[in-house]
Amino acid sequence: MKEKKLLGYQEVHLILQRLACQLIEDHQQFENAVMIGLQPRGIFLADRLLRILKDDHHLENIKYGKLDITFYRDDFRRSKILQANQTDINFVVEDKNVILIDDVLYTGRSIRAALTGIQSFGRPQQVELLTLIDRRFSRHLPIQPDYNGKQVDVINQQRVEVKWKEKHGEDAVYISQP
Amino acid sequence: MSELSVKHLLGIKYITTEDLHLIFETADHFKEVINRPIKKVPSLRDVTIANIFFENSTRTKLSFELAEKRLSADVVNFSAGSSSVKKGETLVDTVNNILSMKVDMIVMRHPDPGACVHLSHHVDASIINAGDGTHEHPTQALLDTYSLRKELGNVKGMNILIVGDIKHSRVALSNIFALQQLGANVGVCGPLTLIPKPIVELDVKVFSDLDKALAWCDVANMLRIQRERMDKSYFPSTREYVKHFGLDQQRLERLDKKITIMHPGPINRGVEISSEVADGDQNIILDQVENGVAVRMAVLYLLASKIEHYENNG
Repeated sequence: MKEKKLLGYQEVHLILQRLACQLIEDHQQFENAVMIGLQPRGIFLADRLLRILKDDHHLENIKYGKLDITFYRDDFRRSKILQANQTDINFVVEDKNVILIDDVLYTGRSIRAALTGIQSFGRPQQVELLTLIDRRFSRHLPIQPDYNGKQVDVINQQRVEVKWKEKHGEDAVYISQP
Repeated sequence: MSELSVKHLLGIKYITTEDLHLIFETADHFKEVINRPIKKVPSLRDVTIANIFFENSTRTKLSFELAEKRLSADVVNFSAGSSSVKKGETLVDTVNNILSMKVDMIVMRHPDPGACVHLSHHVDASIINAGDGTHEHPTQALLDTYSLRKELGNVKGMNILIVGDIKHSRVALSNIFALQQLGANVGVCGPLTLIPKPIVELDVKVFSDLDKALAWCDVANMLRIQRERMDKSYFPSTREYVKHFGLDQQRLERLDKKITIMHPGPINRGVEISSEVADGDQNIILDQVENGVAVRMAVLYLLASKIEHYENNG
């Protein structure tokens, strides 16, 4: 399998800092905003952003939840994905500005499922999307990110893999081809 | 990827320990779902389920129907009292008629042991046994063991006692299979006329003295006397049954430990369990009911994933 490094430690960290600053620009003290990480991989990105917002910008009390979209997928009985991850949202999102967080935006179907899923916790005022990588020209649905780390053009056979120090031992983004 | 090893849920004896764990793990997620402000997920939106009840049921039927609706399935209900069964139609014909209306799954309760197994040999739909005579009631055993795991953490090595009418109880048999698969020790207690002799072959401890049995156990599952299944008298009087096998506060207080009390419902207060115990803090009866919906959602979800999609079957 061929593998090419798209982003290294330095670039990933610069992007995370920028995304955190953009969130502050739009949501100031996060009084009415909540962050929702999408299971399983969006959680790493959301955790990192939360840490930057807390450590570097003293934003301590941001509401944060984890949403699993397995039961909202549109490919039940068509794909083999059955087992869910934990959903942990102990607040309602009624009238809140929800920021959905995922690592890679590809077809947009996961985000579609997340938009349905989040409604189980109330009717948000607004929903935004934050992604680290946006795979351009590969969308199946009209979904675009509001905050984006980097846009990439890769063909369907290629995979974009985001690695995190806490799980994979390094912060980096790779493009691989089987 | 994990999936169930079976296409139908006909009884606990047909499924593996891995299946049990997969159902419990999935039920954990559904338990979280049914505690959300909006308790519904769209997973089964293109699945139609028929609940076919040839025997009375309140909570099982309600629990299944709620589980199906929370998964967004289309649901049709059928009960024998108002059906063609009374006009002489056979089980397979009745079900095939329902299936020709494009039903994907059948939840069936039937008074005859083995009815679900028989049906599974003759129809394509996925079948879930909601109680077949005195044979099995798998989803009750799943929710009982699930509730116990939630309460105690693990049932391995625990002594679980089932008290009452073992002979006519499908709950007892399914529970024995499920608990033993998970490594628990199972004992039964009741009038010897209501304990079938072959039960010793299942490696079950048999008690005829409730106080001794309670001293042995960590959990007591109190069953109802199933008068509707009794063709003759198995004990002299209800009063005598209560005296020997009824669980009351005095009996619990005589124990030097706190045991967990379960009951599959419906409760006959003052017979197998006193009101004080049924409302006391040692019982998990209402947890069992809540968990019933989550466990049934898990079973429906996991079995529905095995139904072939229309793209593949035309």
